[in-house]
Amino acid sequence: MNDTTLSLIQLGIVFFGLGVLGRLAGMIGMSPVPLYLLGGLAFGHGGLIDFGGIEDFGHIASEIGVVLLLLMLGLEYTANELVTGLKQSWLAGVVDLVLNMAPGAAVALLLGWGPVGALVMAGVTYISSSGIIAKVLSDLGRLGNRETPVILSILVIEDLAMAAYLPVLTAVLSGVSIAGGLTAVGVALAVVTVVLVLALKFGHLVSAIIDSPDRETFLLKLLGAALLIAGLASAMQVSAAVGAFLLGIAISGATANNATRVLEPLRDLFAAMFFVVFGLNTDPASIPPVLGFALLLAAVTSVTKIATGWWAASRQGIRRLGRARAGAALIARGEFSIVIAGLAVAAGSVPKDLAALATTYVLIMAVFGPIAARYVEPLVTLFQREPVPAL
Amino acid sequence: MNIVETPLPGIGVRRELTLTTGRRVGVVTHRDGQTELIVSRLDDPDACAASIPLSADESAALGGLLGGTKLIAQLSAEQKDLPGVSTQQFLVHDSARFAGGTLGDTQMRTHTGASVVAILRQGSVIASPRPDQLLLSGDVVVIVGTDSGLAAAADILQSK
Repeated sequence: MNDTTLSLIQLGIVFFGLGVLGRLAGMIGMSPVPLYLLGGLAFGHGGLIDFGGIEDFGHIASEIGVVLLLLMLGLEYTANELVTGLKQSWLAGVVDLVLNMAPGAAVALLLGWGPVGALVMAGVTYISSSGIIAKVLSDLGRLGNRETPVILSILVIEDLAMAAYLPVLTAVLSGVSIAGGLTAVGVALAVVTVVLVLALKFGHLVSAIIDSPDRETFLLKLLGAALLIAGLASAMQVSAAVGAFLLGIAISGATANNATRVLEPLRDLFAAMFFVVFGLNTDPASIPPVLGFALLLAAVTSVTKIATGWWAASRQGIRRLGRARAGAALIARGEFSIVIAGLAVAAGSVPKDLAALATTYVLIMAVFGPIAARYVEPLVTLFQREPVPAL
Repeated sequence: MNIVETPLPGIGVRRELTLTTGRRVGVVTHRDGQTELIVSRLDDPDACAASIPLSADESAALGGLLGGTKLIAQLSAEQKDLPGVSTQQFLVHDSARFAGGTLGDTQMRTHTGASVVAILRQGSVIASPRPDQLLLSGDVVVIVGTDSGLAAAADILQSK
């Protein structure tokens, strides 16, 4: 059997296996991301079966997966929503950032991974999964709830924070000094501001260039523009992901809606590949030693997200039950934590254990997050029914 | 009436009003045009007792039913001084004989003395319809007449 034949067969098995896993996840109403990661762990080095034949395709496919994940994240919110969100909830955003970056950074320092590892783990524990959360809110019929805009505006801010965080991360990972990192922050903030202004004033122009009445040419132009900008951004050391993300923000209105519809299946395919490749490159044997830390991080960052949601909701005059719902909804971490860990692992400037810790952490949080969101209500009611001690 | 509009970033817009009883009732419009009717819970006004996805036709029909309420209230107020005359609304069913026919075909006025003052269709009001006005299934017909006249009118509209 020649190499191509073997690759086709292995790729076929991987995609088919992922399809079955995804269906399984759908049946029990959970996100497929943790199962994709498990699939990658099972197929990779040191796993059940060693699938070396898909590495070439897997590498480029997972890069495209990251570009598409970030492009769609940018498309998710209009420039208007981002600016309004920033104005209205920046304080909640700061609380969210401080409370949820600190535990990740602390554990990384504790494990002796240095400042770079701390920056990476801070990002991993900070970013909630907007994909999982939006789906959970919709599935649980909570779009009409008063706390829902609070949750969504925190997600919007996290989204914007990513635009500043990713270029800094890329700069630090490539080994620049603190001063270089600060310059990267400055450049990143300047670029984000310029793109936001451009998107607000000339968003229709960007959209007009990309737009096409024909689905096929629209898809090609969109994908071409995304990869081109991602590549150029990467060449300028700003991270491919950020380039794609900013393009997503700049595309607006009806074009953005169409783009989401056209790109969704492609994103699902390539992102699945990204999660599998990340799992492939993680040795399952490296998980047990970090399991304790992953559980500790999961517990602490669940509490910190609940605190963030609780505080932000209470500022809007929402009652206790609503505050608890807002907090629990924010717990889920997912795709973007893996994107951050993936960037770090690809750069090779963090220890291998970090991948194992990030994988384990996301596996726990992507599963526990939706469960917490669903069962927080009966739990809080249970506690409230207990007799109040007389004072 | 104060309708509050709340943007739901990444999802769409929520428009709702707070009733005198304190409950919130509103509509979530998704970006792709999908609509959900939301009703807040009694014990926890922050949460929703129901969020019901509606198709375009369903929301138009529901809007029609609700839109008629005000018209009926006005008509009833005007007829307060006319003893024995009242207003009622009737639905034209799919299986009704006159669904697809004109108002004139029913000869309602001739047979019952009651008159059709309005037809509510897809959220809009067709006032003082003429005899050549088409009746479609799903229309709500507003009729003014005496009690016996209204009963006879109902028989005509429901005949198969």
